[in-house]
Amino acid sequence: MDIRLQDITKRFAGRGRRSQGETVAVRELSFQVPDGSLVGLLGPSGCGKTTTLNMICGLEKPTTGRIFFGDKDVTDLPPELRGVGMVFQNYALYPHLTVLQNILFPLENLKGAARPSRQEMRRRATEAAALVQIEELLDRKPRELSGGQQQRVAIARALVKMPRVLLLDEPLSNLDARLRLQTREEICKIQKKTGITTLFVTHDQEEAMSISDRIVVMKEGVLMQEGKPQQVYDDPASLFVARFLGTPPINVFKARVQAGELWLANRPVLAVPGVADREVWAGVRPEGFIPDEAGPVVCTPERAEVLGRDLSMVCSHPDARDGALRAILDPACGLRADAETVRFSLRADKVLLFDTETEQRIPFAADKGAAR
Amino acid sequence: MNNGSKKAWLYLLPALILLGAFLVYPLIDVLIYSFEEGYNFASQTYWGIGGYNYSYVLHDPYFLQALKNTLILVAITVPLSTGLALLISTGLSSIRPLRQLYQTVYFLPYVTNTLAVGLVFMVLFQKTEYTDGLVNLMLQWFGGPTIDFIDGPYWAKMFVLCFYTIWVVMPFKILVLTSALASVNPDYYKAARVDGTSRTRIFFRITLPMISPMLVYLVITGFIGAFKAYSDAVALFGTDLNAAGMNTIVGYVYDMLYGDSGGYPSYASAAAILLFAIVLTITCINLLVSRRRLED
Ligand SMILES: Nc1ncnc2c1ncn2[C@@H]1O[C@H](COP(=O)(O)OP(=O)(O)OP(=O)(O)O)[C@@H](O)[C@H]1O
Ligand SMILES: [Mg+2]
Repeated sequence: MDIRLQDITKRFAGRGRRSQGETVAVRELSFQVPDGSLVGLLGPSGCGKTTTLNMICGLEKPTTGRIFFGDKDVTDLPPELRGVGMVFQNYALYPHLTVLQNILFPLENLKGAARPSRQEMRRRATEAAALVQIEELLDRKPRELSGGQQQRVAIARALVKMPRVLLLDEPLSNLDARLRLQTREEICKIQKKTGITTLFVTHDQEEAMSISDRIVVMKEGVLMQEGKPQQVYDDPASLFVARFLGTPPINVFKARVQAGELWLANRPVLAVPGVADREVWAGVRPEGFIPDEAGPVVCTPERAEVLGRDLSMVCSHPDARDGALRAILDPACGLRADAETVRFSLRADKVLLFDTETEQRIPFAADKGAAR
Repeated sequence: MNNGSKKAWLYLLPALILLGAFLVYPLIDVLIYSFEEGYNFASQTYWGIGGYNYSYVLHDPYFLQALKNTLILVAITVPLSTGLALLISTGLSSIRPLRQLYQTVYFLPYVTNTLAVGLVFMVLFQKTEYTDGLVNLMLQWFGGPTIDFIDGPYWAKMFVLCFYTIWVVMPFKILVLTSALASVNPDYYKAARVDGTSRTRIFFRITLPMISPMLVYLVITGFIGAFKAYSDAVALFGTDLNAAGMNTIVGYVYDMLYGDSGGYPSYASAAAILLFAIVLTITCINLLVSRRRLED
């Protein structure tokens, strides 16, 4: 069953009278979570991710717009009738109940014919616990668990009612880097195993890129772009999306297009056919720099960091927006940080142009991989 | 003793000295007084050591009356005031508009002088030759008989005393409970709502356990406070509480020391030690029960 959001807007009344101080948390948001897929909802802090999730699970009502689960309009349904499981950012495990009691809690809420027998409840709880591998922790209290274990208990509690939709709000933000890596794999695995339609909120682009089937990028309550992770990365619609995705982030230069050529620091650096003469923001992915003794991009190396299999070189460049650029290179390329200057040519498919006003993408027909 | 704990004792010393001088020493002194038989105030002499003072007090009808009054007061006001405070503060935390105002209104009795409140209660409940008092007027409206609550039957006086006590102790409990309720992380309620938990179940399975440390605190201090009741009774029924049959244990102790029939520090000490023993026992039971509750 898929989730569809249709022109969702959410306004929060301000503290003052009438519309003064009103916050628009989400503005005309429409996107779809395909059946059985894992979608990452991504955006900087305060962009309305939690609000969106709360509207999908029914804790908040959208001001305007409709939400569909499959063909069914659930906009006016209370949370308990929607069949969603939710994992909160801080897990919200009841501290006075044991792990087992926590997992049983949603089942014990069921009434009438839907209420399983005591034995059946226990069976389902242990089944959910087994799915996230916490069977041996069932008698512990949440405070006796590590962050990762608490997180799994929260997932088990969300899954025990066999929801049709699983919502996770920044479930990894309380974990350390290692555990985060491990747990996100786990979430991905559990999702694949159960096939539950899952929406996963994060502000960490790497997290979203690595496990999502699709990602949705938001900014200030507005949908910026949606698509497969690689596709959004390769083909961002705006400078915001381009800068948001990728570590290290894309390098932005103040540049100029003249007669079908991109000019950087008074040198033509790349053929950009089909772009009218104008000022542009030129974005170059860190992996788009090719060491080239006769290359048109001339800069002064500042330092080099060897990161395992990569060499990350920081150079200053007069037209770079932050004064410096960062290139990811092959350690065997022979460039040295103590050199006077280094020169690069650019990979056309790693160069993106943006309007200086609207910051929207300006497409150009690059012949792939061509270096000048 | 290692260095760290030496330091700790050093820091604690001023507090320990003050506590010893003003708490432990008097307590021991009272204990000693309570066993000195035939103590003479003027000559500061006594006949011997023994349990006579206790046996006197335990056979004194005034003491038994005071004990009975105190026990009834405790048994009625502690559960009622705590329960009512819980109800009101739950209500308060679920309404949004005017919450501040209500909180202030409910807190007002706390900052008002008990004797002043007592006077108001007396005026409300009293029935004299000149006026029936507001409460009796209302009783008449509903066709009931008029009762003098201040100088009438025992149960009526007890009712006023309990009513008054509850009225006086509630603001503090409401204050504590509203802040306890406000400190429960709203995410628990959100999680419960997503899981379709009913309101009553949320209250009993989530809210109550989360604020139970505060409830335990209120019950324990409530018991202790009610056992020490005295000024409330004076405010309502005047200083001759024995005559009104509304004396409390603390009142009995006071009377034995300074009252018209007073001048018996030994009897007063014995009564005080009895009160201490009762309060200690009840508090220990409270702690034991609540600890078991909190643990599972
Ligand atoms: N109950 C509320 N009342 C008023 N404004 C709110 C409320 N909830 C959220 N907002 C506002 O809506 C906007 C979006 O908030 P939201 O919590 O959805 O952000 P988020 O993307 O989840 O951020 P984060 O990554 O920090 O969790 C914020 O500007 C926030 O101040
Ligand atoms: Mg959030």
